[in-house]
Amino acid sequence: MIGTDAVPPAHDETIDYLELDGIIEEEFGGVRENLIMILQAVQRRYNYLPRPALTYLSEKLGVPLSHVYGVATFYSTFSLEPRGRHIISVCLGTACHVKGGERVREMIEETLNIEDGETTEDRRFTLESVRCIGCCSLGPVVKIDEDTHARIRSDRVKKILDRYK
Amino acid sequence: MKIQSLNDLEEIGRESGKDLYSPDFIKVNVGMASCGIAAGAKAAFEEASRAFPGNDGVRICQTGCLGLCEEEPLVEMFAKDRPRVIYRHITEDKVLEAVESYRTGDFTGPWILGQLRDPRSLLEEDKENPIGSENILEGVPYLEDLPFYRGQKKIALRNCGFIDPDRIEEYVARGGYAAFLKALHHMEPQEIIAAVKASGLRGRGGGGFPTGVKWETCRRHEGERYVICNADEGDPGAYMDRSILEGDPHSILEGMLIAGLAVGSRQGLIYVRHEYPLAVRRLVTAIRAAEKYGLVGENIAGSSYSFHIKISTGAGAFVCGESTALMASLEGKVGRPRAKYIHTVERGFKGGPSNLNNVETYANVPVILSKGAAWYAGMGTEGSKGTKVFSLVGKVKNTGLVEVPMGMSLEEIVFTMGGGIPGKKAFKAVQTGGPSGGCIPEQFLDLPVDFDALVKVGSIMGSGGMIVMDEDTCMVDVARYFLDFLKNESCGQCTPCREGIKQMLEILTDICEGRGREGDIQLLEELGDMIRKFSLCGLGTSAPNPVLTTIRYFRDEYEAHIRDKKCTAGVCKALFHYEIDEEACTGCRLCALKCPQGAIAGEKRQAHRLDQDKCIKCGICYEACKFNAVVIR
Repeated sequence: MIGTDAVPPAHDETIDYLELDGIIEEEFGGVRENLIMILQAVQRRYNYLPRPALTYLSEKLGVPLSHVYGVATFYSTFSLEPRGRHIISVCLGTACHVKGGERVREMIEETLNIEDGETTEDRRFTLESVRCIGCCSLGPVVKIDEDTHARIRSDRVKKILDRYK
Repeated sequence: MKIQSLNDLEEIGRESGKDLYSPDFIKVNVGMASCGIAAGAKAAFEEASRAFPGNDGVRICQTGCLGLCEEEPLVEMFAKDRPRVIYRHITEDKVLEAVESYRTGDFTGPWILGQLRDPRSLLEEDKENPIGSENILEGVPYLEDLPFYRGQKKIALRNCGFIDPDRIEEYVARGGYAAFLKALHHMEPQEIIAAVKASGLRGRGGGGFPTGVKWETCRRHEGERYVICNADEGDPGAYMDRSILEGDPHSILEGMLIAGLAVGSRQGLIYVRHEYPLAVRRLVTAIRAAEKYGLVGENIAGSSYSFHIKISTGAGAFVCGESTALMASLEGKVGRPRAKYIHTVERGFKGGPSNLNNVETYANVPVILSKGAAWYAGMGTEGSKGTKVFSLVGKVKNTGLVEVPMGMSLEEIVFTMGGGIPGKKAFKAVQTGGPSGGCIPEQFLDLPVDFDALVKVGSIMGSGGMIVMDEDTCMVDVARYFLDFLKNESCGQCTPCREGIKQMLEILTDICEGRGREGDIQLLEELGDMIRKFSLCGLGTSAPNPVLTTIRYFRDEYEAHIRDKKCTAGVCKALFHYEIDEEACTGCRLCALKCPQGAIAGEKRQAHRLDQDKCIKCGICYEACKFNAVVIR
């Protein structure tokens, strides 16, 4: 887990405001109701939601920062802290649960020495559990970045993780 | 080209239909929905595309999911005057060999799943009078006759696995957009509503509200009206909407266009969950294509009707499946539900009357208009008409999506189509309705599945998830699992839901960890009753269901956890341990080699021993042992 001193202060993140303008204005027309999708685009770009970007967004869209913060913390996809280079999403939908998804998660936690929601010290992995990615017939399922690994058994976890550097 | 009439559609259909039914080349259709891709379809597709870049009379194409996900990646191959053959488990390493064997006419081998009489025969058409019958293969079963497909009637899934979802022309060749043009040019809004009402179609997202009645109510209210599609398939264990979004996106657009005509709307919105990136991409492609042909946009097909469709992505909140929360989320706000003293059909998105249906509901609409309400109402039961797609998953042999007429028995679905429980284990329950539903035990296996029958036994149909559970599933743990899910997903506005679920979860966790006390069951029932009565929205009012139904049908398991401190299913770690049955152990060393803790010792061909102090109960040995020598005590 990242210790508090390992987290860089949020304002250290360099934000390209012109690029941010592009996302807000051109991609989403500067429209308030697109806030969730704008935040998703910002997170795709920075891998998390840097605070200065949120402040800028709030001014640009004319939405109070508290509202932006509310949305960013309400929806599970958003992270206010930097995440790892690879995002591991362990599916804990019902089908994966009855097929041993919890055991797979425990094995990943043990292997990486982090808990659900945490990032490894070297920022290689962030572990997140998700509720159903819709591949229920192939459970238990683990998604790493864009790759979906089907029918995972706990004894294969280490081998799969080794592929991601 | 802008489409103006049915003739234009027919012309496009004639041209692209050839590739769908009798191409001059060998068409290799790779099932490329998320499930297929997870099983290796994308790698197979790329490998085949490299080997056959378009010459050699072979063309590699993509399609959606055929439903039998267990056998994925599925690949279909066909050509003019040749049989249509479906291959299973076609991964990257097998795909070239499979294409070669089809090319040379070698139709043997374990990878052949079956042949199709005619792609239409699996669909809504009668199974008589097949067109490809002169090209049949001796000794290869018909897909339509496999137990998994025999009872199916595909309406919502009519095109999934047959057309390229990115090609609007193939949707048109399968009769697509004809129902919409018929409605546009020849039907009054009231006629459309009357047809949908007469069909008996009820909302497939879980509520089961009559679709036609909803449309009628929406039309009655003045203001800028919206047609919204709920593609936020949040029920864990249900993925039929994903399959339709990825395999046949135009069927949803067409359903929405028809709804727009019926309620009098110019704007459609699709709220799709961000966990389905492929679905979003296919929807974007579909909308662009429909715009190009003038089927979406201004003055559609030369009429005064204009209809635009916008996609919004959710960001991971189960509660956003609730109508008022969904609309708040569409407005870019926190997805908190509100009390529904005014329904969203009256005042919803941006205060306008908003008609919200889910993906599967919209996908049914074009077929109802083209084949007639009476035809649709001819299927199903008294109160539930038509078909329903179920995702048959969990501890069942043939996992996948099945679309069956309402009223089919659970037994037929789980045991005939699903092939029963794998590994000689005993059936325990079927969970339906997601976190709002319940667990149905063996005694109700003959239950005809429809909206009302499931409610009678304490569950609901929900969006159609059917998670099969066997003897290795602990029902107390399942209840705890759902409550944990709901605790995380509760929006926190109302106290009964926020605090009540948390308290129930704490009690269940205590029970699962060996701290259960006498009286806990009664306390759970009381709390459940309170949450059910006083919560603000559907999430809360249905949240106790998984607990209450498991108490109702599996009380003995709760009592074993509380009184005897035993979890016979071997799930609750504090309440069981693994042992090696010395009689059954052959001394094969497999478990000892796999154990990450080095907790198993023993010589080859001699019974092994398990060191309880080292064991972390990860279950690897239990899963690995082929002789059932690792036992739960």
